[in-house]
Amino acid sequence: MSDLLALTAAQLGERIRAGDVSAAEAWTAYRERAAGDELNAFLWVAGEAPPETDGGPLGGVPFAAKDLFCVRGVPSQAGSRILEDYRPPYTSTAVERIVGAGAPLLGKTNQDEFAMGSSNENSAFGPVLNPWDRTRVPGGSSGGSAAAVAAGLVPWAIGTDTGGSIRQPAALSGIVGLKPTYGAVSRYGMIAFASSLDQAGPLTRDVTDAALLFGAMTGRDPCDSTSLEHPEQIQLPTAQDLNGIRLGVPDDVETAEGIEAGVLEAFRETLRQAEALGAEVETCSLPHARHGIAAYYVIAPAEASSNLARFDGVRYGLRVDGEQGLTAMYEKTRRQGFGEEVRRRIMLGTYALSAGYYDAYYGRAQRVRTKIADDFRAAFERFDFVVTPTSPGVAFPLGAKTDDPLSMYLNDFFTVPMPLAGIPAISIPNGLSEGLPTGFQIAGPAFSENRILDAAFALETAIGFDGSAVRA
Amino acid sequence: MIDRAEVLHVARLARLELSGEEVDRMAGELSAVLGHIEKISELDLEGVAPTSHVVEVANALRPDEPRRCLPRDEVLAAAPAVAAEGFEVPSPGA
Amino acid sequence: MTYEPVIGLEIHVQLRTRTKMFCGCELSFGDPPNTHTCPVCLGLPGSLPVANERAIHFGLKIGLALGCDLAPRSIFHRKNYFYPDLPKGYQISQYDEPLCRGGHLGDVRIHRVHLEEDAAKLVHVGESGRIHGSDSSVVDFNRGGTPLVEIVSEPDLRSPEQAREWLVVLRETLRQLEVSDVNMEEGSLRCDANVSVRPEGTTELGTKTELKNMNSFRFVERGIRAEIERQVALLEGGESVVQETLHFDPQSGTLTPLRSKEEAHDYRYFPEPDLVPVAVTPEMTEAARAELPELPAARAERYEADLALSADSAHALAFRPELGRYFEAVLADADGAPAQTVANWVTGELAPRVGDADPAESRVEPGALARLVAMVGERTVTAGAARQVLDRLVAEGGDPAAIVEAEGLGALGGGDELAEIVRAAVEANPDAAEKVRSGKGQAIGPIIGHVMRETRGAAEAGEVTRLVREQLGA
Ligand SMILES: [Mg+2]
Ligand SMILES: [Zn+2]
Repeated sequence: MSDLLALTAAQLGERIRAGDVSAAEAWTAYRERAAGDELNAFLWVAGEAPPETDGGPLGGVPFAAKDLFCVRGVPSQAGSRILEDYRPPYTSTAVERIVGAGAPLLGKTNQDEFAMGSSNENSAFGPVLNPWDRTRVPGGSSGGSAAAVAAGLVPWAIGTDTGGSIRQPAALSGIVGLKPTYGAVSRYGMIAFASSLDQAGPLTRDVTDAALLFGAMTGRDPCDSTSLEHPEQIQLPTAQDLNGIRLGVPDDVETAEGIEAGVLEAFRETLRQAEALGAEVETCSLPHARHGIAAYYVIAPAEASSNLARFDGVRYGLRVDGEQGLTAMYEKTRRQGFGEEVRRRIMLGTYALSAGYYDAYYGRAQRVRTKIADDFRAAFERFDFVVTPTSPGVAFPLGAKTDDPLSMYLNDFFTVPMPLAGIPAISIPNGLSEGLPTGFQIAGPAFSENRILDAAFALETAIGFDGSAVRA
Repeated sequence: MIDRAEVLHVARLARLELSGEEVDRMAGELSAVLGHIEKISELDLEGVAPTSHVVEVANALRPDEPRRCLPRDEVLAAAPAVAAEGFEVPSPGA
Repeated sequence: MTYEPVIGLEIHVQLRTRTKMFCGCELSFGDPPNTHTCPVCLGLPGSLPVANERAIHFGLKIGLALGCDLAPRSIFHRKNYFYPDLPKGYQISQYDEPLCRGGHLGDVRIHRVHLEEDAAKLVHVGESGRIHGSDSSVVDFNRGGTPLVEIVSEPDLRSPEQAREWLVVLRETLRQLEVSDVNMEEGSLRCDANVSVRPEGTTELGTKTELKNMNSFRFVERGIRAEIERQVALLEGGESVVQETLHFDPQSGTLTPLRSKEEAHDYRYFPEPDLVPVAVTPEMTEAARAELPELPAARAERYEADLALSADSAHALAFRPELGRYFEAVLADADGAPAQTVANWVTGELAPRVGDADPAESRVEPGALARLVAMVGERTVTAGAARQVLDRLVAEGGDPAAIVEAEGLGALGGGDELAEIVRAAVEANPDAAEKVRSGKGQAIGPIIGHVMRETRGAAEAGEVTRLVREQLGA
């Protein structure tokens, strides 16, 4: 087992193809790990019988999916009480493609309810613990997927990113997380948080695994009007240097609210390594990026307030009847089915869309969104990538920010602008601060995933981050 | 910034039951967040077009061809309440 | 003071596509409940809408037929409110960027035409099995997601009758476009009305109310009339009209305020992020235009231009296409008869006799009417007698010549037969005869009347007059 555990997903796939390891062995080994989960990372684990897999491009390497991915006959609850034990009659396109490429589904992972959160403390099924320090959060909202991959409970996993929900937990858990270009992966069967921002992507041990898994997920889906065919075949990264690559560092990184010294130190060190690899590093300005949080916390809750209206106790999920008819049934069901943060955001979004406030909030936020996208477009004329720390801080203690929604929201400062602009970004581990992982974010123009993965690969090799300690 | 009455109105629109003390707490929390959001009102966005789609594609249409429907038993099995081969609900206005 | 009604109509048309607006479920009529559903039209978590190509095509056909401007780019919005027949908690509709704007049908302007999805069916079932003492309903999602086109007119209608007539023309236009079954009773054509009144001669609009549930042409007329009377009564009583939605009850003919779906009436419209814009291409426009049949307005023009029909006849025939079709059939058989004469017989004589029915369904063969018109032209039968023949044709069909024969309705030419009858008539009316002799021409009436009675109208009035004068040396 231990040597199995030491393998990345790509390496395990190779072994299975080579016949050194059978897909069934790999399944059984990881299924035991997942079943023995002590981090509350899994909400559902598949049965012992290894599923039929013919190898395929993903070589029979098991994967885990965030709870919000619908899987036929399997609990798909989006971390919410209102969907407790809900088993959909259909499977999401992303999961279907990965399974179709030969990776069996090992389990469903814990998450913040409806992906609303940055700490995984908003799950109706309890918080997820960070394998680096079990008194701390793994980040969110894809915290279960991040913790499970970091702790070696599964070779790799998928999550969703709306304002940082793949990249931030990846950073806080010491793994790799890729948020693809909006539209690159079908959203069909992904229980929606904010439709114009949600994007599925891989959480993996290294950049090569991320490329492999993303390659299997991407592609136009006739069931998702907003999905697009990726203009490029996704390649496994090979770059050994960053010669001729121009990196732009936003001028407000050093002064960002709540940025920790250790995080800044790791970031600067990575920039030095980038230069050593041949990259040019300069400051760039994204004048509107600092308004990303404000725009995001109008647009995402507004769309969520509408996306979550379907949870009404009529067709599926929880229903709480009142004695006074329909309205009471709606109000009790939603009051008891949704957690506090979800109710807060539904209120915020409903308010932002309501008569008299639309222009001041939703209308303005969408214009800010335009400006942020323009800022990036301008930056990418001078730079290949924009780089930042993924999160201003390392994993924080459980409960540290639960009483202050705003400070929790500010955690997304570096990750929110990219989904607003629809562009791809990756987070890779770039060291430890106070013994906890930090993340380095690389963002590029739409559909530049191949180049982002290559740059990340070159840096990853130079950084040589070792996460094996927490997989024991 | 957002008062009790507005919170109650919005809660009604959103079909969320709120207890008395929740109304006050919600008013406080929303006001704090809105206070931060207010910053965008200082920006000059004159003549800036709103973005509702980051990808500029159009006409992602579907041919008018039937696809298989779900078996009714499977559909109704997920329903909290079933009557007369359908989804039972308290009558509106009842 | 007299009041002028101001009426605008809002029509919802169920499109006759194969599948629903945003999913592949086949449209169904009268199938068992909830047998035509999928994750999309049930609003299951994670499902996404994809717009139906043909629904948009039908929307464009309607837009072109009504002379609208087709928007080069239109988008869908979400209309948010809670109701059990609305699975997602919002209806996907169009808001400030609809598919079509402007246009007109006849002299009534069109405000807009847009696409949306229909709601599901909510059936009341009374006492609930589960919660004691509470009333319950059941939702059937078969209809949910059916493609709808909403047509909104400008407030250009001025009377309940006009509203009804215009709606008939619109229905006919939609039927000919083959985009819908346009059946009001079955709900594939639904009409709401916005009604207000204002003092005759003023231009400012009064407070309007919205009328719903008028599910037949008769009810549309009756409902609007009732509402106009109600509003006028209010104003004359010194009260004012309140803006509200009213439900028309055909039985009692009364209007009752409708409990609103969302008390607060705040739909929180915003652009539907799950759908991309519809950008109408020249190919799409051409494909729609290619399928447009000859519509009433165009047909009327053709009748006036090519057949030199009067505007009234042309309109009467074009806007009741079954009359138009029948007219063209008769004209084809009536070799040489002037089109206007044939039109007069079809619209003025046949139409009143068959009522709303399609004359093609009647017993009168177009060929038969053509021969009858020809006989009148040849003066072998008088117009009056021909009307009697037409009565018989409508009643039992057959051949006009045979009927004339059997009934002896043939026009009596000059000849002795008529001269005899005239002589008898002159003798029967001595003093009238005297007056005519003494030059009082207009006194001839009673004598001619006598002849007509004797001949049961089969005599040519002109010929009779000539004979009377001849015999009286006048
Ligand atoms: Mg409508
Ligand atoms: Zn469907």
